[in-house]
Order: sequence, then C-alpha cells, then structure tokens
Amino acid sequence: MSTLDLQTLGLRAINSQLNTSDVASGSSWEITEPQGQHAIACGLQSDIKVDIRGHVGFYCAGMNQKADVTVHGHAGVGLAENMMSGQVRVTGNASQAAGATAHGGLLVIEGDASSRCGISMKGIDIVVGGSVGHMSAFMAQSGNLVVCGDAGEALGDSIYEARLFVRGTVENLGADCIEKPMTDEHIKTVDDLLKKAGIDADAKDFKRYGSARQLYNFDIDNAGAY
Amino acid sequence: MCGIVGLYLKNEALRPKLGELFAPMLSEMRSRGPDSAGVAIYRNSVADSETKYSLAHDSSDYDWKAVDTGIETTFKCEARIAQIDTHAILITTLAENKLRGWLAEQHPEVRLVGSGQSLEIFKEVGLPDDVYRRFSLKDAEGSHMIGHTRMATESAVTTAGSHPFATGSDLCLVHNGSLSNHNRLREQLQKEGLHFQTENDTEVAAAYMTWKLRQGLSLHDALEGAIDDLDGFYTFCVGTGDGFAVLRDPIACKHAVMAETDDWVAMATEFRSIATLPDSNNANIWEPKPATVYTWGGQGEVKH
Repeated sequence: MSTLDLQTLGLRAINSQLNTSDVASGSSWEITEPQGQHAIACGLQSDIKVDIRGHVGFYCAGMNQKADVTVHGHAGVGLAENMMSGQVRVTGNASQAAGATAHGGLLVIEGDASSRCGISMKGIDIVVGGSVGHMSAFMAQSGNLVVCGDAGEALGDSIYEARLFVRGTVENLGADCIEKPMTDEHIKTVDDLLKKAGIDADAKDFKRYGSARQLYNFDIDNAGAY
Repeated sequence: MCGIVGLYLKNEALRPKLGELFAPMLSEMRSRGPDSAGVAIYRNSVADSETKYSLAHDSSDYDWKAVDTGIETTFKCEARIAQIDTHAILITTLAENKLRGWLAEQHPEVRLVGSGQSLEIFKEVGLPDDVYRRFSLKDAEGSHMIGHTRMATESAVTTAGSHPFATGSDLCLVHNGSLSNHNRLREQLQKEGLHFQTENDTEVAAAYMTWKLRQGLSLHDALEGAIDDLDGFYTFCVGTGDGFAVLRDPIACKHAVMAETDDWVAMATEFRSIATLPDSNNANIWEPKPATVYTWGGQGEVKH
C-alpha cells in the first residue's frame, strides 16, 4: 500500500497520481490528513482501492468509475456524486445529496445520511446503515435505495422507477410515491445489497416504496429502459 | 456563500487558547466570505451591576476618551473604556437605553454593536485573517466564540453590514443565507419600537430575536418562533452567555456541520474549519437537522 499525505502533497497532486493511466490495477492507496478538504479522490477510473483516513469535505469520490473508496470518518455534501461504477463507503455519517445523479456502483453509508440522499439517482445502489433526511430519492430514476433506519419528509418525491426500501418509519411520502408490496424478488434484492454492504439486517423487515406512475408519462413498453 | 463558525470550550483548561484555536477556523472560511468578517467573544465577565458595551467607529483614531469622560460627567457614574483598533469596549453601570440616547446626541457616528456581561463584538471590512489580527484576537482567552466571513448579497460591503448582530444582553447572531421577508418584517418590528442601523436582512433576524426575548420567551422558544416567522434560507449560529444555539431553515439548503469531543463543541459551514481543532479526527460529527433548534448549554450538553 502506498500512503499519500494530503497536507504534504496537496489535493491536486494526489488526485493526479490516482488518475494517471498507468496506475497499477488492483493497487492499494491510503490518503492521510484529509482535513475536510473538498473533491478528494474525484474522477477515479481504475480498479484501485483507496482508504481515506479521516473526515472529508464536499464531493468526495465524485464521478467514480471502478475504484473502491472508503472514507474512515464523516463525508460532506455530495459524496460519490455521479458515480458510474465501483464502490464508495463512509464509516461515519454523510451530509446532503450523497449519491446524487449516480448511474451505477454501490454506495454504503454506515451511519446516517442527511437530506436529499440519492437525489436524481440513475442506477446506483445505496445502502444506508442509519437514517436518511428529507427529500431523499427526489426524482430518483433508477437503482435501489436501502435505508436500515428511518426516512425524513417527502421520501421519493416525483420519483420515476427507482426502488426504495425502508426498515424504519417514513415521516411522509413525496408526490407520486407510494408503498408497494415486497415480493420474494424484492426481498432477494435487499438481502443481496445488505450482504454486499456488510450490514447485518433482515431483508424481510423492509417495506418497499416506488412510483405510482401518475405524475410522469409512464409507458409500460419503456419499463426496460429503467 | 458566507461562512459561519462557532466554538465552545467544555474543558476549562483550553480557555487560555480560545483565540488561537478559533483563528484557523475563521481563516478556513475566507474563501466563502472575503468581504468582511466579524467575531463575538465571551470573556472577562463584568460585575452584575455593570454592563459591557461594544462600540465601533469608522476611524481607528477616534477620541474614545471623550466618550468615557462624557458619560462620567453627564451621568455621574463610573465608566472605563479600552480602545481596540476601530472598536472600544466600554464598561459602565449606565443602562443601555440611556447610553444609546446619549450616544445618538453626542457621538452620532459611534455604533453600539453589542452589550452584555461577557460579550464583545468586533467586525470590519477585509479578509478574515486581517480582521482577526486588527483586533488582537489570537491571544484572546475566553469560553466561546462565534464568527462570520461575509460575501455580501443583500446589502453593501460595510462594517455596519458585517455580522455578528447583537440581539440582546449577551446574545448575538451570525447568519449564512438570505431572508426573503425582511422588508415587511422590518416594518412590523419598527412599529413594535425596534431600531435598525442598516438595510441588512440579518439585522432583521437579530431584531426579531430581541423582540421575542423581550416578551419573556426563552432562547429556544424564540428560535422556534423564527421557524414560523422568518422566510428564506438560513443557518443561524446564536451566541449566548453560556453557549450557543444553531437553527437551520426547514429546507436546510445552507450547509452546516456540528462536531463534539470531550473538550469542545463546534459548528461550521464546512467541516474543514473544524478539522483544525485538536482531536477533530475522533470527534462525533453530524449534520444538524432542518427546522430543529440545537442549544449548546453551559454544561456543554447538546439539547435538541
């Protein structure tokens, strides 16, 4: 494992190092002294493992492809924003808009996520060990949001075809978001995601929420697009 | 933009280092607010019979001695004054309404920017580091501080428009955001007898708090009222005699993060301000919930 000290090297040098085309596939990196700086480990494109030892600022691991990034601490606004693939994990809490607009990959938040978690998500899987704040999964298009705790106000407002699973209470549902039955297929989906996230919970305890399909122009022939 | 920060020391052994610990917190927020900066510090509490007033003037060579002797001669009461750059700290037994009236007549260009037993307010135009240096705050001892770095959106870049704004005895307020109903609310508060020194939206929030507290409401209840009566985007950090309070609007658009260790509790617009504090890596860190009043009391306990 190679260690990169952010206070010594600076943000730009570290992100450049991790983004070079010849960065060894499968290599492990450790970033120390992150000091809450923004945009750490952004835009990674290789299957490398990155451990960030400490708390990070805004937009950490944004646009991630293939890389496996773990924040050992708290993450600020926009964690794993627009992630395409790979995995991002935070051991503490995450601020607003975690996983926003992300197309793929797995985001694991071991603590709580603040408001707008998974806003406009487009295919990412998000597993939250704690609770999510208000307006989570707003205009969520595709992917799965699994919440082991509670959800705040207006969950899934103006939702498209993303699937939301909440174990605890939902303060209220947003426009066009309704509770839907948990079938065996959904229990398996949740169980697989919990196992991948390493979170010990029973998939049968979750309720499913999704779109009533009254607010947008849903056509069954296009269901495959989601 | 704008940045706000607050630090309350639970461990009394850290109090001699308050100014030193707070300096990098404020400095980290310079990119969010390079126009002007302001700080409220709680230190050197005066006797119950006395009040400490923070006064400000545009010039750093104002004749503050004339204010001191003027009060003693006119009101036959004790007064002592200490100048710190463009500001002066006045300690006297004179009541605030009398002082305010006398200043308006005798020294109309002097602004009364804060009052209380331990509160001192310093604010100026310029980069946060420069403002901090001008008021010699790095060596300051005390129990807690709140600060603001401003990128002006709603009113001019002036010292008067800088935060914190005083809201009553030992209370002051810094604000990240903008209020949309401040003009109408200002008119209502003026009818209730409140006075305004600027066109600033945050001053309206401060006056609103003063009005509520005058009615006998607790700080917690006054802030609960603010959720209903103030419209717009805001994260407020309110300094009190023995701690501070945090309130975000119901949509919580404006950033805020809180952190706590055994030694201190802190809030900031961005975590990088808190990262400069000792042992911040092991702090409990979370984002305050919308429309929820958090008060950090004298015992350092979080109530919400």
